[in-house]
Order: sequence, then C-alpha cells, then structure tokens
Amino acid sequence: MDLWFGLITGVLFGVLLQRCEVIRYDRQLGALRLRDMTIVKFMLSTVVVGMIGVHLLLDLGLVKLSVKAAVLGGVIPGGLIFGLGWGLAGYCPGTAAGALGEGRLDALWAILGMLVGAGLYAEAYPALKAGLLTWGDYGKIALPQVLGLNHWPIIAVITLGALLLFRWFEKKGL
Amino acid sequence: MSIPPSRSRPWSPYLGGALAGLLVVLSVFVAGKYFGASTTFVRGAGFVESLLAPERVAAMPYFIKEAPKLDWQALFVVGILVGAALASQVSGTFRVQSVPDSFDRRFGGSALRRGAVAFLGGVLAMFGARLADGCPSGHGLSGTLQLSVSGFIALACFFIGGIITARMQYKGR
Repeated sequence: MDLWFGLITGVLFGVLLQRCEVIRYDRQLGALRLRDMTIVKFMLSTVVVGMIGVHLLLDLGLVKLSVKAAVLGGVIPGGLIFGLGWGLAGYCPGTAAGALGEGRLDALWAILGMLVGAGLYAEAYPALKAGLLTWGDYGKIALPQVLGLNHWPIIAVITLGALLLFRWFEKKGL
Repeated sequence: MSIPPSRSRPWSPYLGGALAGLLVVLSVFVAGKYFGASTTFVRGAGFVESLLAPERVAAMPYFIKEAPKLDWQALFVVGILVGAALASQVSGTFRVQSVPDSFDRRFGGSALRRGAVAFLGGVLAMFGARLADGCPSGHGLSGTLQLSVSGFIALACFFIGGIITARMQYKGR
C-alpha cells in the first residue's frame, strides 16, 4: 500500500511541478540568477500551506512530525556542496526525474551524476561519520523549542513574511 | 518538427505550490510520509553496485543504513517522472531537448558540454544532499514546513551555493 501511495503522490506532485514549469533548468537557474522567482513562489506556497495543515493536524493528534537532526557539520557543508552542484545541474533530485519525464535529456546526465555522487558518499561515509558528522550535533530540534514559543506565532510570522515577499516579487516582476 | 500550434500556458506557481502543500498534508495524514527524494538515489546506487560487487555492498555501512529496496520514496520519485510525462503530453509541452534554452544562449548548443556540466552538477548535488541528510524536498519543503532548524539552515545553504555557481556561469548576463 505504501508503494501505491508513493506512486500516486509522486504523479500528482509531478503534474504540479510540470504545469508550473518548476522542473525546467531555465526556471531553476532563473531563481539562482535572481531574475525569475517561479520556483521560490512555488516552494514557499507549498511550505506555507503544508506548515499550516500539518500543524493543525498535529494539534488534533492526527499526525506525527519527522524532524531531521540539526548536525551543523553535515548540514552546512552538505547544503553548500549541494547548492554548488544544483547551480551546475539546474536540477535537484526530485525535479531531475520530472525534467526527464517532459523530455529534457540533459536531466538523464544529472541523474547519472547523482547516482555516482551517492556512491561516492557511501565510500566516504565511514570517515565522515567519525569526523565531520560529529561536529555541532544539536539533535532533532525545531523552532518552537529553540525559541520557547508555541508553533502558531512562528507560523504566522513565516506566513506574513512569505506574503510580503510575494508582493515584492510581483511588484518587481520577478 | 515545428513548434506545436497551441501550447498550454503554465499554471500559477502560487496555486500549484498551494496544491502541492495540500498534497503534502494529505500524504502525511494518509500515509504518514513527508516528501523526500535523495535517499532513493542512495538505494539506486547501492542496487547498481550490488550487481557488480554484492559482497562489498553488503558490508558498506551506508548501504546497510539505506539498503537497496523499493519503498514509498522510490515510487514517489518514479511518480514525479510519470506525472511530468503525462502533464507534458496532455498540455503539448513535452519537448525532447538536450540543451536547455538559457544554457544554449550562454554556452552554445553542444549536448556533450551540457551533459558534462549536468553530470558534474549531479555528482556534487547528491554528495552534498547526503552529507546534509536531505535535498530541497526533504529539507527545503518537509523540513521547513515542520519548522525544523536543519531545514532552514539547509535551505539557506542550498541557495547560497546555487547562487555562487549560477553567478560563475552567467556573470553579467
């Protein structure tokens, strides 16, 4: 059943990504060149709606959170290296699959590179686990605990920030 | 083949993004699954390598941690491909293309050059995503919408790194 849920969710997400042109290299690079914010609008809209919905269900006791640990030695260099690669490939793991689906053959090269990158990481993992990944491990922390606040004021501030950003994007024609 | 006569206009990214947000909520509610994509590439790499050297893969800690198997996320990634294929066919926006338009304008139409850059980018992106323990789906969407600290840090680092290589390639254009 899990597999069917995965497939159906993926298909629907793929349709949305494709129809909003989020999976295109030109759009991804457009955002990184700070001239076309299509993917940022999409991402932030997903985050705001998802954030409100998931926390409503959380308050009702209907869902669980699955927070990843904040290991600074992993997330900061890893995030930066990901970004450097993202700016070259113009695809991230999810959108590369979608781009291939709409006929972009260069996404296949990105996907092959990603498989090689995963293999290289598996080679490096024992050394990284004993070294870099032991640095700055703050555990599975989320903003409400860090700030000592209920989640709703934080969600309100992020939502307001996103709406102001959207207004600015539209004003600037980004 | 010439340009198809009627191409559907793209949907609003605000609307599409909001619908994707509802999809996340539904997925968490129904299946207990948050979006993510990069672990699948580890399982994929482990699967390919296990065809060549099964004993070696069986002894590697990272492939033990993320064993090669078909799971929710693998089908989710396949689903994105299928969904994009269907949507592009129905809307008339499917287009076989080896070099994206903006890359072509900047670096020319060599499919080999574009393939090499895409491959190198893919290697770096996935190595980084695994070190960070997530990609723009796992950290950027799922992490931030749960207000997780790692999600916000990762997302900021993704964009900083991406803006750097985008500038290096397209500076002044």
